[in-house]
Amino acid sequence: MKKIKVLSFLLIITSLLVFTAACGDKKEENKGSEEKLSGEVISDGSSTVFPIMEAVSEEYALVQPDVQAPVGSSGTGGGFKKFVKGETDISNASREIKEEEATLAKEGGVEYLELELAYDGLTVAVSKENDWAKDITIDELKKLWIEDGTVKKWSDIRPEWPKEEVKFYSPGTDSGTYDYFNEIVLEDQQMNKKTTLSEDDNVLVSGVAGDKYSIGFFGYAYYAENKDKLTSLKINGVEPTNETIESGKYTPLSRPLFIYVNKASLKDKPQVRDYVKFTLENAGELAEEVGYVKLPDEKYTEQLELIK
Amino acid sequence: MRILNNEQITNGIGRRLLTNKFTKVILFIATLFSLVVLAVLMYRIMNQGLPKLNLDFLTKFASRRPANAGISGALVGSIWLMIVVVPFSMVIGVGTAIYLEEYAKKNWFTSFIQVNIQNLAGVPSIVFGLLGLTIFVRAMDLDRSILAAGLTMSLLVMPVIVVSAQEALKAVPRQLGEASYGLGATKWQTIKNIILPAAIPGILTGSILAISRAIGETAPLIVVGALAFVNFYPSSIMDSFTVIPIQIYNWTTRPQIEFQEVAAAGIIVLLVFLIIMNSIAIIIRNKFNKRY
Repeated sequence: MKKIKVLSFLLIITSLLVFTAACGDKKEENKGSEEKLSGEVISDGSSTVFPIMEAVSEEYALVQPDVQAPVGSSGTGGGFKKFVKGETDISNASREIKEEEATLAKEGGVEYLELELAYDGLTVAVSKENDWAKDITIDELKKLWIEDGTVKKWSDIRPEWPKEEVKFYSPGTDSGTYDYFNEIVLEDQQMNKKTTLSEDDNVLVSGVAGDKYSIGFFGYAYYAENKDKLTSLKINGVEPTNETIESGKYTPLSRPLFIYVNKASLKDKPQVRDYVKFTLENAGELAEEVGYVKLPDEKYTEQLELIK
Repeated sequence: MRILNNEQITNGIGRRLLTNKFTKVILFIATLFSLVVLAVLMYRIMNQGLPKLNLDFLTKFASRRPANAGISGALVGSIWLMIVVVPFSMVIGVGTAIYLEEYAKKNWFTSFIQVNIQNLAGVPSIVFGLLGLTIFVRAMDLDRSILAAGLTMSLLVMPVIVVSAQEALKAVPRQLGEASYGLGATKWQTIKNIILPAAIPGILTGSILAISRAIGETAPLIVVGALAFVNFYPSSIMDSFTVIPIQIYNWTTRPQIEFQEVAAAGIIVLLVFLIIMNSIAIIIRNKFNKRY
């Protein structure tokens, strides 16, 4: 029995060692001329912001290979829960910090700095098979999405549209995307009860794409990747594109994405300061690469001043 | 006197034979149903994932570019997690089972504990996550480490291990133990030399199932603070980490279609990981099976 124990233990250990060895080729290129930093930068929060921060960490590892900068993805709310207790250095958020979260941060003695990273255009989309809807106004969206006890038909919005029941798709209530839609469209009223909610935006995409009479909303990146299956609706006459989102014409459904930085970390941990600086310097380009829209350049420069 | 009554035997034989056939078909369809679902799933995963699966995928870290994305960080994280979960959950779980089965007096208190352990096996995993966050991450100040997550996962799988180990211990023929006592062995000697070796195949079967669950879990790990992007290997059980299922989930939620292929390749790695773990356990089990 002892032998077997030792054997199985050895097996596990060797398999681990083989892997670590096999993966041992470290990036040696050290581009940065600055001092070598080490330590950890911990960020957690919004799954919408996650792809940007993942890209930032990926690139940062090439400049400062000894700094460990893992990124969590537990949702904007989940991220703040840890941030206000001082457990993370950076909290990624797809909405502004809520009042009760700010209060908790104060109680926890956490002072923070809010930085904008990029824009996300919340896109309202219908299936490609839908050949009537091309644009919609915010008021019409309100009429459609707010629960009032009636069965919603497309013809309720505009008489010339078909007399068919509308199928609704929305991100889950934990997501910042839902919060933002709630703020702008629902204004804290009950969302249509028949709405299909999902935390996975790809589920929404295939739901909307597969149903002629459906409507849904999600981040612009999901629309951009599925343009062959989806039609985006113009909001108050403006189509969501990189240009209209960056210039601020696509209102009110374009929203900024944030990181919140713990001021104490910024002051005491040189690697956090450097990482945040690196983030602001590269966020625009990296955000575009993963499907978001960059801020106007001067916004990044302004914010760089804040962390000096 | 005839024992068999021909009339009784032939009575309604046609109907009974039909029922027999019918049941067989129903049961066959039931089996087929799950097999077909499994086959479709496997086909889809293999179809999407196999082209992505190569050494690069196994040795690279996650990346924003689907073409560069690899699973190594998560794979090593999962291995580290198992290094904590397997010994903790097995030692404590089997220990509890031995105590409850062999030493504890059979009174209301023992059965109360018994019922509670069985109930624990049905508690949603996220609840264990919250428990882990409160006790290990915050109260014990283990932070978002492999150790904290491993202990949480051990708690999650332990009830199943306890219950199945108890069943295995119960199934050992009484005579074996009695014979040992008859030769003057103490309780512990009997357990160590006779009962435990005989029960090992059963204990391992239950533990394999339980630990397999731990490999595929995401919810409690996210609560205790496992991360989604980790581009370094943990160097101790106090490091932060990610695991394969979190990495897969993260990829499936990405807008870019290419990430779906990467996710499928990740699923194949997870399956192989499970198969390797299970095979090791089955080999050990078969070795002990020849005992009596």
